[in-house]
Amino acid sequence: MSLIPTSSLNEGGIITEAGNAAAFKTGDWRSNVPQWVPENCIHCMFCWIYCPDSAVAIDSTGEKTVMTGFVFEHCKGCGICAQHCPPAAKGKAAIVMVRDEK
Amino acid sequence: MAVVNLQTLSKNEDLLSGGHRACAGCTGSNILRQIMLTAGRDTVVGGATGCMEVVTTIFPYTAWKTPFIHSAFENCAATVSGAETAYRALKKRGELPVPREKINFVAFGGDGGTYDIGLQSLSGAMERGHNMLYVCYDNEAYMNTGIQRSGATPFGAHTSTAPAGKVKQGKDRHRKDLTKIMVAHNIPYVAQTTPFHWKDLQMKVRKALDVDGPAFINILMPCTVGWGFDPALGMELSKMATDCNFWPLFEVENGEYKLTYKPKADRTPIEEWLKTQVRFKHLFKPGNEHLIVEIQRWVDDEQRKLLKLCGED
Amino acid sequence: MKQIYVGLTGNEAVATAFKQARPHVAPAFPITPQTEMMHKFADFVADGAVDTEMILVESEHSAMSAAIGSAATGARTFTATSSAGFALMWEVIYVAASLRLPICMPVVNRALSGNINIHNDHSDAMGGRDAGWIQMWCENTQEAYDHALMCWRIAEHKDVRLPVMINYDGFIISHTAESLHILPDEDAWKFIGPKDLKTGYSLLDMDHPITVGPLDLTDYYFEHKVSQIEALKRAPKYIAEVYKEFGQLTGRHYSFFEEYRTDDADLVIVALGSTAGTAKDVIDAQREKGVKVGLLKIHMFRPFPAVELAKALSKAKVVGVMDKSASFGGWGGPLFNEIRSALYDLPARPKIHNWVYGLGGRDTDTKQIVSLIEQLQAIAKGREAETVNLLGVRL
Repeated sequence: MSLIPTSSLNEGGIITEAGNAAAFKTGDWRSNVPQWVPENCIHCMFCWIYCPDSAVAIDSTGEKTVMTGFVFEHCKGCGICAQHCPPAAKGKAAIVMVRDEK
Repeated sequence: MAVVNLQTLSKNEDLLSGGHRACAGCTGSNILRQIMLTAGRDTVVGGATGCMEVVTTIFPYTAWKTPFIHSAFENCAATVSGAETAYRALKKRGELPVPREKINFVAFGGDGGTYDIGLQSLSGAMERGHNMLYVCYDNEAYMNTGIQRSGATPFGAHTSTAPAGKVKQGKDRHRKDLTKIMVAHNIPYVAQTTPFHWKDLQMKVRKALDVDGPAFINILMPCTVGWGFDPALGMELSKMATDCNFWPLFEVENGEYKLTYKPKADRTPIEEWLKTQVRFKHLFKPGNEHLIVEIQRWVDDEQRKLLKLCGED
Repeated sequence: MKQIYVGLTGNEAVATAFKQARPHVAPAFPITPQTEMMHKFADFVADGAVDTEMILVESEHSAMSAAIGSAATGARTFTATSSAGFALMWEVIYVAASLRLPICMPVVNRALSGNINIHNDHSDAMGGRDAGWIQMWCENTQEAYDHALMCWRIAEHKDVRLPVMINYDGFIISHTAESLHILPDEDAWKFIGPKDLKTGYSLLDMDHPITVGPLDLTDYYFEHKVSQIEALKRAPKYIAEVYKEFGQLTGRHYSFFEEYRTDDADLVIVALGSTAGTAKDVIDAQREKGVKVGLLKIHMFRPFPAVELAKALSKAKVVGVMDKSASFGGWGGPLFNEIRSALYDLPARPKIHNWVYGLGGRDTDTKQIVSLIEQLQAIAKGREAETVNLLGVRL
């Protein structure tokens, strides 16, 4: 975001655009990146609930919410999602962390 | 209480946006996300100066999709109590800017802004009976300023102001029990939980917001940078802390203690948990065995006392 | 308009004015000599004369913090303090101004510790003069009451939106009963009006969620501060408008400063607060003797009316600035320094000297002021004198 002109600054230094941090791309912080293996995914939502960055994309419009992938603009590659993916215990991880080749 | 599972929760709005500047693997930002899933859009949030407040509101960006206020470090409870009172005053005169049946007031602070510098304003707000929830995200040190020791830092932990070196072995006192201090304020609802135990956390947030009056929830917040562990392990360590009885899960409703998670009969030795974090690495040097013994003694003693309070002895 | 002639202490008068303003919220924490102001207000609440929600906080820091939380919702909010309480909330006083919150606060001026002293001097408010608040100063109970009505119109003006401090001397004004005119409740309410909930921002506008008090890095803090500077620069225009309207309503006409018998004065005393009242009596007596002395009493200290003050003092031969607070290690007191600086660019400048007086409630009587005027006379005649002096202390 380019600098806001001084005359446009809100009185009191407040921010009026709720949730505009979404425009700030933290994805470039990553060293590792999660790879989704959809055929192994049981849509348990653990990755979604544990993500610190709201970077697990879901579709909750249908009767059953399903995981649809990652929000790579924000994913910092922490690996919590992969750590808690239940199918991994049976060797069929739906999320695998790999080196992020940029 | 309504059914709470990840399917039902997934229908709720995620009210913290991505793009905030928390560290990779920060369980704190996860805690905020989880709280807001239950608190909902009609919530005014107040934050004390600290990691969570700073990373979510770096001008001109804000990760908050609900109203949010920060004023200073030690006064989040006081600030939110002012907003809560104004809400009642405006409502009384029919002057709310937009009509709403109910607006939640949630204040949060780290252990720094809650156990120590913020204790006075928290105590005052709780004693006055404001209808608000205060959440402490307890990562056991002043993290935002560089991992300094707080009243919540456990015995033996290395921090930047009570470091482990040639002569000293980290903090030489056990932590303060803020949860019990809050119970002593005779408020309707007090609880402890962790972000790993999402169902427990959601249930507690719901109960806390539903009571008429002050509520306090203390949430363990494993800190990847401050404690020294792989960013992927924050939730794992939350679980382990509970399994070790280091961070029991319980609630106190109107003074009545109740465990919400029954620990296994043979709890995980605290040594397993200490092994996972760089801040405890020095405890495994030869000659420091007695320190681990002391930590285990304290954990077992505290658990014994808690079980008695919960009528589970 | 018919006004009511009553006998009230300064604290009672201010409490009455605030009752008439019908605030939504008032955090309160006691400190001598402000305390009775809040007691009186609490009585009004207990008797149902006003429906303000009082928050009986556990410290002054929390009083200002709660006031910030309240004012950020748009609610009309006040608190009050003195001395150490003011010092304790110093951190958040700056925050309140930077958030542009129209909080009104009587500061019942009392000396800062140490040693601890509960009596009047101006060190408390002077310590906060750079905080970004509008600072008004009152000579007596009438002025305290009047400013406690006007402050709402100033603070909440859509082009001002700044917090306002109303300073009046602890014990001397706060606890002394004087006769004054007050407005009937309905007329006071008509003058002040309800809080305009459409201007400014509100935390409770759930349809337009805002973030208040974010972190500024080095790229924005300075610009945010400049917008505060600009707001304070704009404020005098609107303060003058409120003064004018109040004058037409009540017959009491205020301006940024009062010029008492200064038209032809060779010697001018500058003072804040109740000392000005004593000085006026002495000036009248001196005038009988033919001494051409006058008084300039400042009401609006922040924003500082430098240009107007310089003009008003330009014709004097000697100006004696009385400071009821010291600036330790500085050269003279705060008022002296600001006035001297304001006069610096005048092509022909009066001599200007400083008297630090009255610290810790040391009584400032007519004898001291007579002595001060004699010193001004001697300086006018060419006698060398210390620029910075003390008045009324045992050396």
